[in-house]
Amino acid sequence: MSLSRRKTTFGIAAGAATLAIALAGCSGTSSDNSSDTATTGTSGSNDAPVTLTLATFNQFGYSASSEGGADYKYDLIQEYMDAHPNVTITYNVADTSNTARENFFTKLGPGGLADVEAIEVDWLPEAMQYSDLLADISDPSLDGRWLDWKTQAATDKDGRLIAYGTDIGPEAICYNVDAFKEAGLPTDPTEVAAALDGDWSKFFDLGKQYHDATGKAFYEENAAVLQGMIGQLEAPYENPSDDSITALDNPEVKSIFDQLTTASGEGLSAGLQQWGDDWAAGMANGDYAVTLCPAWFLGVIEGNAPDGHWDIANVFPNGGGNWGGSYLTVPANGANVDAAKDLANWLTAPEQQAKAFENVGAFPSSPEAANSDAVQTYTRPYFNNAEAGKIYTERAAAVTVSPYKGSHYFQINDAMVNALRNVDTGTMSADEAWKQFQSDVKALS
Amino acid sequence: MTTTQQQTEAPSPREPQRRRAPLTWRQRLGRLDVKLSPYLYIAPFWIVFAIVGLFPIVYTAVISFQDWDLVRNQGTLTGFDNFAFVLQDREFWMSLRNTFSIFLLSSVPQLIAATFIAAMLDKNIRAKTFWRMGVLLPYVVAPVAVALIFSNLFGDKYGLINTWLNDFGLPKIAWHVDVIPSHIAIATMVNFRWTGYNALILLAAMQAIPRDLYEAAAIDGAGAARRFFSVTLPQIRPTLIFVIITSTIGGLQVFDEPRMYDTRGNGGSNHQWETVTLYLYNEGWVNFNFGRAAAIAWILFLIIVAFGLLNFAITRRFIAGDAAPKKAKKKVKK
Repeated sequence: MSLSRRKTTFGIAAGAATLAIALAGCSGTSSDNSSDTATTGTSGSNDAPVTLTLATFNQFGYSASSEGGADYKYDLIQEYMDAHPNVTITYNVADTSNTARENFFTKLGPGGLADVEAIEVDWLPEAMQYSDLLADISDPSLDGRWLDWKTQAATDKDGRLIAYGTDIGPEAICYNVDAFKEAGLPTDPTEVAAALDGDWSKFFDLGKQYHDATGKAFYEENAAVLQGMIGQLEAPYENPSDDSITALDNPEVKSIFDQLTTASGEGLSAGLQQWGDDWAAGMANGDYAVTLCPAWFLGVIEGNAPDGHWDIANVFPNGGGNWGGSYLTVPANGANVDAAKDLANWLTAPEQQAKAFENVGAFPSSPEAANSDAVQTYTRPYFNNAEAGKIYTERAAAVTVSPYKGSHYFQINDAMVNALRNVDTGTMSADEAWKQFQSDVKALS
Repeated sequence: MTTTQQQTEAPSPREPQRRRAPLTWRQRLGRLDVKLSPYLYIAPFWIVFAIVGLFPIVYTAVISFQDWDLVRNQGTLTGFDNFAFVLQDREFWMSLRNTFSIFLLSSVPQLIAATFIAAMLDKNIRAKTFWRMGVLLPYVVAPVAVALIFSNLFGDKYGLINTWLNDFGLPKIAWHVDVIPSHIAIATMVNFRWTGYNALILLAAMQAIPRDLYEAAAIDGAGAARRFFSVTLPQIRPTLIFVIITSTIGGLQVFDEPRMYDTRGNGGSNHQWETVTLYLYNEGWVNFNFGRAAAIAWILFLIIVAFGLLNFAITRRFIAGDAAPKKAKKKVKK
């Protein structure tokens, strides 16, 4: 039964895809022609053969052959070339986001970037400082394509939108069912969600209950929880109006630091550095019971704890949170800016976002794509068949804040992460760590 | 044109030109060939070096005096501000401490081990080529793979070494928290990679030692140890100096291993294993402060030059004393 159902969805999706291509092609050409004739007077430029370069990293879910992934259901690059016979796409994929970042900023000024360059939300703030070097892509037809906070983060002070949103990382809470059972805590996802519904104190309270019952740590490390907490502040470290550093005067930052160091002092933090070997092993061995859990993180849990028993609670303390996600940009000094915009526009249209989700599980930043059947019917067998598609659609809608990240955001956040780790590892007391944070931040200005 | 020149130069006071017969055009070319050709042959290297080596070095110096914006490729002159900042930065001195600590922990045991291994390989052993290629194997493994292997060994909680220590009832070592253990772990990775490589270079030097020296020493009653210290070591001195200098340069620039040592790659939450190159990388690529990074690069360059010269002087003085070079010079004179 499942097989036939899959076939029909495939059929419908394929039908929708062709329709979408036709529509996208139409809208693309019409808008382009009009703008072309209006500004430069060239006509019929859309039929001239053009070679576009596209550069991403990791797996965006566009084409299996270039991304080295397993079989994807769709090859979006080929689809685009089929629909636009005059366009040839050269698709380059960097192995890590870091490689892509170095390449991006080295060539952004002098030129030499691909026509369409992917950037990660982590270094979007840095790219925003050079927003004048990226093509303004704002267009009435794009209104409402993305979640507001996704668009807002890519809009600069002058109101120019410089990046097409691709995927996002809305966060839920994942928990180790066996560990919760052992501690006598509720194990049903709805009950866990109810227990955590509220602000962060609920999260720490549940952690204390867990720690009292088992003597074990509740979460992996302070810095991991910091990510969720700091992402809920409008202006965590800097003043949005003049980019001045406010981290040391912001009572909310100090409050987050205090909450976390208090919690780790009570034994709630396992002090295992995220992505390290111990952290991965700890996930399988039950060294901690919960983790902040964006959509793309599910695969990480499955990989680290293949024999484990984790579940997703449709909740995030204090509202919503986002961790990760990417954008496509068009460098303004490229040779084929208009054609590149067309390509990026098409790749981030709801239909293609839904396909990329089916290819690699990149959660769409477009509400329309999130509401597609492919996403809404998506379940995850490992997590007790949780309706991951529905859960993360709700989690994405819960995100309301797009924190201001100015020119010193990463250095300050790094200093904060260092301070919290120093407390986690026992290298420093909370007071010493805060003083260290203060002197690190002062050295920046 | 040449003739006119000759004519004007002909009535010069001391007449050396008369003794030499005037050269023909061919002879001139021949002399030119002998004199210039060597430079011509090494020119490709120097041209390439000037472009990819010298120019960046000079350009780095230019950038180091500016507040540099990499993307816009422009900067504002700030004088020695970058240097002043770096020299006053606690992180710089910590990174310098780490660099020297890791350098000493790696280079010293590594060179002693390499010399020993080379001496063993120089003996008559079976399957020579097998053993010789075997010691080079770690060098072939990519640093990233080495880091992966060793991160399994040096895990704080589930690492192999700590598991063993636990089995023997010994306390676990906080490899990623404490300063010295982290340095030992990184030095181990460096040694794993470079010991065999240096051993092979030293082996090549040892094989070039005339065997009759050993025979003579043996007849004089020198034991194996005496022969090693009085024949082998002095004979491989130039090679040893080369190896020491290259490993000094490499050791002071150690980057891959500390960067791969944890997942964040910034040298530890309290800069426990942040080396100068890592500090440079962080300033440049993480903080986007390329003026400062350039200043660090220059400071590091000067440190390496100074240290390399110091090492050269020390090794020349101490290995085998002064006897060898003096003898060699005398021979040449005679």
